[in-house]
Amino acid sequence: MENKPFKIVLVGNPNCGKSSLFNNLTKLKQKITNVPGTTIENKVGTVSKGKQKIELIDTPGTYSFNPKSLDEKEAIRVFFEDPPPNTILYIADASNLKRNLFYFSQLSQHGIPMILALNMTDIADFKGFEIDVERLEKELGIRVFKINARTGEGVNTLKEALFEDQFVPHYQFGSENDHTHESHYDSIGKLLNKTTKIKTKRELITGKIDAFATHPILGYLIFLLVLLFIFQSVFTLASYPMDWIENGFGMLSEYLANVLPDGWVKKLIIHGLVAGIAGVVVFVPQIAILFFFMSLLEDTGYMARVSFIMDKMLRGLGLSGKSVVPLLSGAACAIPAIMSTRNIENWKDRLITIMVTPLMSCSARLPVYTLLISMAIPNTPVIGFISLQALVMLSMYVLGTVAALIAAVIFKWFIKYNIPSYFIMELPVYHSPRWGNIWVNCWQKSRSFVTEAGKIILIISVVLWFLASYGPKTDQSLSIQESPSLEQSYAGHFGKAIEPSIAPIGFDWKIGIALITSFAAREVFVGTMSTIYSVGDEEDFDQLREKMKKDRNQNGEPVYSLAVILSLMVFYAFAMQCMSTLAVVYKETRSWKWPTIQFVYMTVLAYFGSWVVFSIFS
Amino acid sequence: MRLTELPIGSIARISSIEESPYKEKLQEMGCIAGVLVKPIMKAPFGDPIAFELEEYTLSMRKNEAHSVQVNLLNPLFNS
Repeated sequence: MENKPFKIVLVGNPNCGKSSLFNNLTKLKQKITNVPGTTIENKVGTVSKGKQKIELIDTPGTYSFNPKSLDEKEAIRVFFEDPPPNTILYIADASNLKRNLFYFSQLSQHGIPMILALNMTDIADFKGFEIDVERLEKELGIRVFKINARTGEGVNTLKEALFEDQFVPHYQFGSENDHTHESHYDSIGKLLNKTTKIKTKRELITGKIDAFATHPILGYLIFLLVLLFIFQSVFTLASYPMDWIENGFGMLSEYLANVLPDGWVKKLIIHGLVAGIAGVVVFVPQIAILFFFMSLLEDTGYMARVSFIMDKMLRGLGLSGKSVVPLLSGAACAIPAIMSTRNIENWKDRLITIMVTPLMSCSARLPVYTLLISMAIPNTPVIGFISLQALVMLSMYVLGTVAALIAAVIFKWFIKYNIPSYFIMELPVYHSPRWGNIWVNCWQKSRSFVTEAGKIILIISVVLWFLASYGPKTDQSLSIQESPSLEQSYAGHFGKAIEPSIAPIGFDWKIGIALITSFAAREVFVGTMSTIYSVGDEEDFDQLREKMKKDRNQNGEPVYSLAVILSLMVFYAFAMQCMSTLAVVYKETRSWKWPTIQFVYMTVLAYFGSWVVFSIFS
Repeated sequence: MRLTELPIGSIARISSIEESPYKEKLQEMGCIAGVLVKPIMKAPFGDPIAFELEEYTLSMRKNEAHSVQVNLLNPLFNS
């Protein structure tokens, strides 16, 4: 037994404070391990007492042993592992014991020792719900602890018990031959009659907040204001760390330029590797801040109300109330957004959500919009403090959202799936934020961006550096030479090759190069433009803008006319230019079919949209 | 009568649940014959509906609520 670590699995319903307990027991000493062959991640932490160590496995919140969604499937996987867990630590919301004990009653059949932790005893007390812990221990035949995962009350006693003897529950739920839901609930009811009593029933504040949060008019207004506040905060707060990161990498490149010996290795490191890493890291602040707010809304219970009021509208579009979180997350980065669709039970709802989420304007599109808007749109005030530029930026977000919703309707018609979708969801009690959970969640989402997108962006940026710096020799031999200019490089040849196909939407070969390089990540557009127009410092927006504005075509007209700029913006709004997202869609749908369809429909949409805009404005 | 027919604030007891792909989910969430249920609010456009079920709030679409048969306990008096 000593060879294998003692394995305890932490399970419970959603919203019962499981993550708080996990963070508290492991003191945040946890790692995320990928289950081989899947994208599914398990959180594993260590609980230590002196030299003794226990491996604690966290699982997604689950209502039953018959999983309905992908994340519930993941939760029960641990029971089929070899060796199975030594003990189940079951956490239950004491203020809602009956339903919380249903999953417990199913797990108690498996002959695995269990420990029961009763959480949220403060809310239970407030509701006048009295639990006789000793009696409950006797009836169940296992150890039961009252805890408050938020304040840490009782957690130390529970932790001690993890290192002591543990018992298999002997209470008979249902009967030997009868394990229907009714019989289990019946047994739970009898158990609770013996072990709990209700003194007085007091109203929680939740009902009063819901009167506003789900109001037919105020509800939407509040949601809109919350969104505006979040986006405003993301823009203002993220700009500082982004500046530091850009300056930091600028200094690093300069330093490397001075110390490294000249040659291709130096160029590869500075223009390939460092530029690639900088391109990933610079998005972390925006993504982290947006996910901070999203986690905050989810943790306090507000997001469930947003799902509740949005469900009817989204259902008509082939989505569900549960699509709200992925769609909003898409405004930060499509990768964690697509991963968060795992709690959508219905396969069709989930698939459509995955297919349309990349149309939401993610943070990588922002630098592209910023550059293009500053070139074409005057900064004149429109209404009070809102400038025309800000208005155009806002409309790009609206454009992405509207396109996502329309695409959803079309997928709804085309995807055949007979199992009806449902929306049976708990509306948790409102509570103040559990900061530990929020930080962990925020960190995990940002991490999934860095690992999933980061490695692909890095590889592509090295490849692109090569394509942009080298070209075929002019004497028709197949050898490679360092290219004198971007035009003569491989990338330049590619750009020229696709020029005829992108001419109808107003793009020349230079933009063609940028479209190709944008496959690493959309923001690479700005860097490519800097290279094409030989702007020394990549971040010198003003210089780049002036050079781009002065560029003329053969007829002496500006290359970047209003029509071309608007066409480009529409193209970037719709086109699937993110390899990392396609890779995640492949992993989540387990087939190349869906990423292929996604790539094709978004490209067609982008081309057609750009063509329409270009035709109207030129 | 069906769960969808209950006025907000009334209390009823679940008598049975019709067969459907979501019956199991409803049962897991505590919709079991004999349990008291009270509609507490509706989303805009009247769908989904939120119910107080034992000690917590469960929301479901009209469609799902329609499959739940109930017996009304307190006809609402306007006091």
